[in-house]
Amino acid sequence: MQIMSILPEWILSHGAASIVVIPLMLAVLTALNPNAKLAWATVLGVTALSVFTALGLLIQVMTHGPIHYNMGGWVPPLGIGYYIDGLNAPILLLISGVALLCTIYALPSVAAEVEPKKKGPFYAAFLISFAGLLGMVVTADAFNVFVFLEVSSISTYVLVAMGASRDRRALTSSFNYLIMGSIGATFFVIGIGFLYMQTGTLNMMDIARVLQEIGPGDRVVQLAFAFIVIGLGLKLAMFPLHMWLPGAYAYAPSFFTAFLAATATKAALYLLLRFTFTVFDPSWDYIATALMILLSGMGILGMLAASLQAIFQNDIRRVLAYSSVAQVGYMLLGIGMATTLGLTAGYLHMLNHAMMKGALFIAVGAFWYRFGITQVSDMRGLGKTMPWTMAAFTVAGISLIGVPGTAGFVSKLKLAQAAAENGWWWAIGVIVTTSIMAIIYIGRMIEQAYFQPVPEIDGKPVVRNEAPMAMLIPLWIMAAAALVFGIQTEWSTSLAEAAAHVLDAGPNTLIPGAIDALPDAGGH
Amino acid sequence: MATLFEHFNFVVVIVLMMTGLYVVFASNNMIKKLVGLSVFQTSVFLLYISLGKVVGGQPPIIAEEDLHHAPEAGAGVAKAGADAAHAGAGDVAHGAHEAAEVLYSNPLPHVLILTAIVVGVATLSIGLALVVRTREVYGTIEEDEIDNLDYHKNLEGAAK
Repeated sequence: MQIMSILPEWILSHGAASIVVIPLMLAVLTALNPNAKLAWATVLGVTALSVFTALGLLIQVMTHGPIHYNMGGWVPPLGIGYYIDGLNAPILLLISGVALLCTIYALPSVAAEVEPKKKGPFYAAFLISFAGLLGMVVTADAFNVFVFLEVSSISTYVLVAMGASRDRRALTSSFNYLIMGSIGATFFVIGIGFLYMQTGTLNMMDIARVLQEIGPGDRVVQLAFAFIVIGLGLKLAMFPLHMWLPGAYAYAPSFFTAFLAATATKAALYLLLRFTFTVFDPSWDYIATALMILLSGMGILGMLAASLQAIFQNDIRRVLAYSSVAQVGYMLLGIGMATTLGLTAGYLHMLNHAMMKGALFIAVGAFWYRFGITQVSDMRGLGKTMPWTMAAFTVAGISLIGVPGTAGFVSKLKLAQAAAENGWWWAIGVIVTTSIMAIIYIGRMIEQAYFQPVPEIDGKPVVRNEAPMAMLIPLWIMAAAALVFGIQTEWSTSLAEAAAHVLDAGPNTLIPGAIDALPDAGGH
Repeated sequence: MATLFEHFNFVVVIVLMMTGLYVVFASNNMIKKLVGLSVFQTSVFLLYISLGKVVGGQPPIIAEEDLHHAPEAGAGVAKAGADAAHAGAGDVAHGAHEAAEVLYSNPLPHVLILTAIVVGVATLSIGLALVVRTREVYGTIEEDEIDNLDYHKNLEGAAK
């Protein structure tokens, strides 16, 4: 209660809207801003404000329960409603926090990778992408989700293509992402169309209510579910729909790769959770089957196949990108179990993975910034030439492997427990196998960095050249988070449990209160 | 067969959707891919517009005289309530009944699809901009030729 009183009034009353609207509006100013430093400062201010707002919203949700916000005062289902509960409040904080840290990192990184006159528009595109991700997470209107999905995606295509000044393959990667992403978003919107056809509403709470009346037998609703799952599957890089991801992660500017890897798939994954568990009903036969066969099955296949592919890559960022596909597999495995423990594990892995991958990609960007390193074989001697950066990389790397005492271990252990509880012993085998594969692909880099001699240029060994502070600080905050959440597990676990609690309640989380509070729109 | 004709617009939607997807997957030329994507998206626009159609419904535009008519009718009812013996009460009730019978098509899907069309245009323009840049950098927009040009670079990415 005491924390509530220090929050400013506007967060309590309009936080849900302002977290999306402020970045979106300031993006316009940033695009017109000729001064790159000022543009960067704007982004820094906006992201810091978003972190503050997201924190306020999270506290409000945890103490007072879900927040309903009616955009422009129009009452849902006619107006667009924003809705925040234990499921999406942590994601908001995650996206804002990663955005803030990445923005600090952007100052040196973007200066090195983006042409000076393009910096203003670059930052503007980043703000739009950021606002789009937040909007996807915060809105309770199904069509609004599509709009924000496309807002964030289209700016993401632009930002990925901006990596072309470093590597021309960014262009084709961005194009592939555009084709795949648009197909995914269109599939999603077809699904929403079918849902609208049967329910006559776009508000998630209203859809959930009407779907309960319609029941599980309706063919069109089943079709809608299939389209929505495949559309979101493309967005969240569910194996085998992940083909866009390695290219996009590998050739985007390193600042944006760190942000993208830590947040974009998480927002899509949140939508999958929201739709599958609270809009549809996970107790329906076809949804339970889809969860078990499709999500868990593809999760398992993705873990194995992508980990294997990661081992055979030589570009550091491609290794990490394939590893991301594998980690999405872990999350899908947990979600597919549809038990409280499985959902907790999947959600926890979502939060932990964001910190680990963010740190890894920031470190890789720093390697390139100082020495132009992109290949694993070029990492020789980095333990001596960039000791602090490499140490953070190692911490995040062992967390990715799942060494005890790190965040990755906590979520993998939870996942294994959930699998054991379900009697899926083979799944534990797969978790262990893929962790061993992670030892191979991360260990390969650590071996190069610490156990290979420092390379020589003109007969002299390369001197120590640490990354600038603006890179080290966000890098170490993320790496430290990967350690802290491995030892002090209560915070992250309680967040994940709160989210799992929301999902456990199924469509009931959205239906009561939400609809009762609405005035009877039909009567007027 | 009759069902096919009854749901003629859905048949068109499905044909367009499959054509578009096929073009996206099968063509090698980046611009043709974008054309396929646009056809695919257009099919969704048609799907939504079909949703809004109400059989026998007229365009969802309230004529100006109706707008004025409605409050008058309401006032009439109130007046009729005040003066129960008024002979006009029957006429007013008849008028209200007639107004309720007018069917309108659902305008919401059309509004939604306006947004989706804007999104589609934005996607297409970004895609075309990427094609222009690709042509500047690679000198071709055929994907297999681009792959050939990047062959050695891509080899570096794979294990040696």
